[in-house]
Amino acid sequence: MVPVACRVAAREEIAPGTVSLTVGDCARSVGVPAPGQFNMLWAPGVGEVPISLAGRDGDDVVHVIKAVGAVTRALCALQPGDALGLRGPFGTGWDLTAADGHDVLIIAGGLGLVPLRPLIGEIVAHRARFGSVGLIIGARSPSDLLFAEEFAVWGAAVDLEVTVDHAPTDWTGRVGVVTQLVDAVSVDHDDAATFICGPEVMMRFAAREVLERGTPADRIQVSMERNMHCGIGHCGRCQLGPVFLCREGPVVPWARIDASMKVRGR
Amino acid sequence: MIAPTVRDGTITPDRIDSAAELPIGYTDDQDGGHYRLVPTGTDEYFASSSPIDSWKRFLSPPEALLVRGRSSSTDLEVEPVVPDPVAFAFVGIRACDLAAIGLLDRVFLAPDAVDPTYATRRREVFVVAVGCVHPGATCFCASMGTGPIPRDGYDLALTELYDGDRHEFLVDVGSDRGAAVMADVSGRPAVAADDEAAAARAERAVAAMGRQLDPLDPPRAAANPEHVGWGDVAGRCLSCGNCTMVCPTCFCSATQDRTALLGDGVERWRVWDSCFTADFSSLHGNPVRATTESRYRQWLLHKLVTWHDQFGSSGCVGCGRCITSCPVGIDLTAEIRVLAES
Ligand SMILES: Cc1cc2nc3c(=O)[nH]c(=O)nc-3n(C[C@H](O)[C@H](O)[C@H](O)COP(=O)(O)OP(=O)(O)OC[C@H]3O[C@@H](n4cnc5c(N)ncnc54)[C@H](O)[C@@H]3O)c2cc1C
Ligand code: SF4
Ligand code: SF4
Repeated sequence: MVPVACRVAAREEIAPGTVSLTVGDCARSVGVPAPGQFNMLWAPGVGEVPISLAGRDGDDVVHVIKAVGAVTRALCALQPGDALGLRGPFGTGWDLTAADGHDVLIIAGGLGLVPLRPLIGEIVAHRARFGSVGLIIGARSPSDLLFAEEFAVWGAAVDLEVTVDHAPTDWTGRVGVVTQLVDAVSVDHDDAATFICGPEVMMRFAAREVLERGTPADRIQVSMERNMHCGIGHCGRCQLGPVFLCREGPVVPWARIDASMKVRGR
Repeated sequence: MIAPTVRDGTITPDRIDSAAELPIGYTDDQDGGHYRLVPTGTDEYFASSSPIDSWKRFLSPPEALLVRGRSSSTDLEVEPVVPDPVAFAFVGIRACDLAAIGLLDRVFLAPDAVDPTYATRRREVFVVAVGCVHPGATCFCASMGTGPIPRDGYDLALTELYDGDRHEFLVDVGSDRGAAVMADVSGRPAVAADDEAAAARAERAVAAMGRQLDPLDPPRAAANPEHVGWGDVAGRCLSCGNCTMVCPTCFCSATQDRTALLGDGVERWRVWDSCFTADFSSLHGNPVRATTESRYRQWLLHKLVTWHDQFGSSGCVGCGRCITSCPVGIDLTAEIRVLAES
């Protein structure tokens, strides 16, 4: 699959080293990812990396990228009008039908909030379809909290808890890790559709917390990150046990990867 | 025309222009980390076992250009690369390697994920398969159910019937294209005795295979991810990736950008990669599989176990190449036996 030439319609630095890119003009021809799906963004001459759908702006696709290495730095340096390549959409996103008529628990750590944001948007927009909804968001520090301007809208619709690992003295909110807040939101774990995304250690601990509270492993969806070069199961890099995460994932039920996650270096 | 031929002291599939370039009068002596070309003293064409390298390089080349473009900060022009059509004839390919191509087909011709390079090169292949009558010490295709006699996927299948004074080929026609080729070949109709002679050779070949793999062992090994045997094999493994390069079914790759020193040209190339490299599983600058143990486990369990989940069969066809080409002679049939013990 060949990248399509696209143009940056808008750019905003939304947190230190984290940039929101609105990709215009080609989104329609390529196809818009569903929440949890991703595109491969190409910085020509540098490389191509998987980036989740962060949201939509009309017909345009919004991606939020954190500069961590060569490719993401090049993508974050793009300015409105600049060109980039795009392939997609790839993978399997969040299964929101699992949540219909049930309680919902969402746990987001750091950049993990990016792929969850369109899912939260859907839930907030169709709030009546769900039971109690708990949303736990964590970040390293208050300035690393993404989409904070949307918290008021989300908080009005769902039970929202926000926490940071480290805080300056003027922070009046919670300090600590997301896993400590599982009991701070009121959802019925036995039946809650649970969605988790964040650093892998955080997802392990979060999954363990909700499993202990009675959520079945097949009701817990996580978005897994692995090295990916092709997006279509050819490069072999994203395998986690039997799963090609680029196709069957990145969102998978915990039950599907539980055995692999128990083995170091799987 | 690609066929086994003598190159650099080995028999390997490569381009030939006439039957005289087949490895006439040669066989091979293979074992863990060991390969020698051996004269047979006969004029048999196909007395060797599996060639040192596989045929995958012709269908999925070690380097393939995917995208060509011109790029400046504000402009990007992308030109799709249409692979040149190639019409290969694979002559003298063995049952194990034919089965391996069947496995690569499932990866690269998946209905929703067709690889244009592979599809273009694969489409026209004319297959002249050969039943193995002299399997090597590293062969175990009979255990994997892929050989030594090719069962399908060929246009013509040959069995070389040689015993001093008799030197004939029994030809099994597998397609209309094969029949069309045979229309121009002189010969006599096969009789029951010819089929019996071929069957007897196949039977002898099965008995002569140097290695075996019990199909019940891989799932047992998968259930033992912390077995001490993983650490033991990792202590010997150099993480060099030779086994993945020669394996006819290993398909993993990396895609790289290459830029012109001058000008605005940019290309994306796909190159073979190996699960034994650190970069392969790199995430946030560190490999997910940091140890040789985790890499060997990934390779072996993918090949023998998770391939079943992904593609409906084993990823190993029993060609033995990984044993021969391992510099320290690691033998997956021996390792899996140990790892399967509780
Ligand atoms: C499904 C999925 C969705 C993602 N969504 C987002 C997102 O919305 N926003 C965001 O900021 N980040 C996201 N990431 C992470 C992002 O892809 C990596 O940060 C990025 O690939 C790092 O590349 P780099 O060259 O900047 O850094 P380096 O760490 O220097 O990368 C080295 C090389 O590794 C290769 N690579 C391929 N895949 C990965 C990977 N997943 N992680 C690290 N290296 C990789 C690249 O080719 C790269 O050149 C996502 C990852 C996945 C798997
Ligand atoms: S794993 Fe070894 S024996 Fe099996 S197909 Fe690959 S190279 Fe041949
Ligand atoms: S098993 Fe042998 S060939 Fe494969 S990586 Fe280890 S040392 Fe190299």
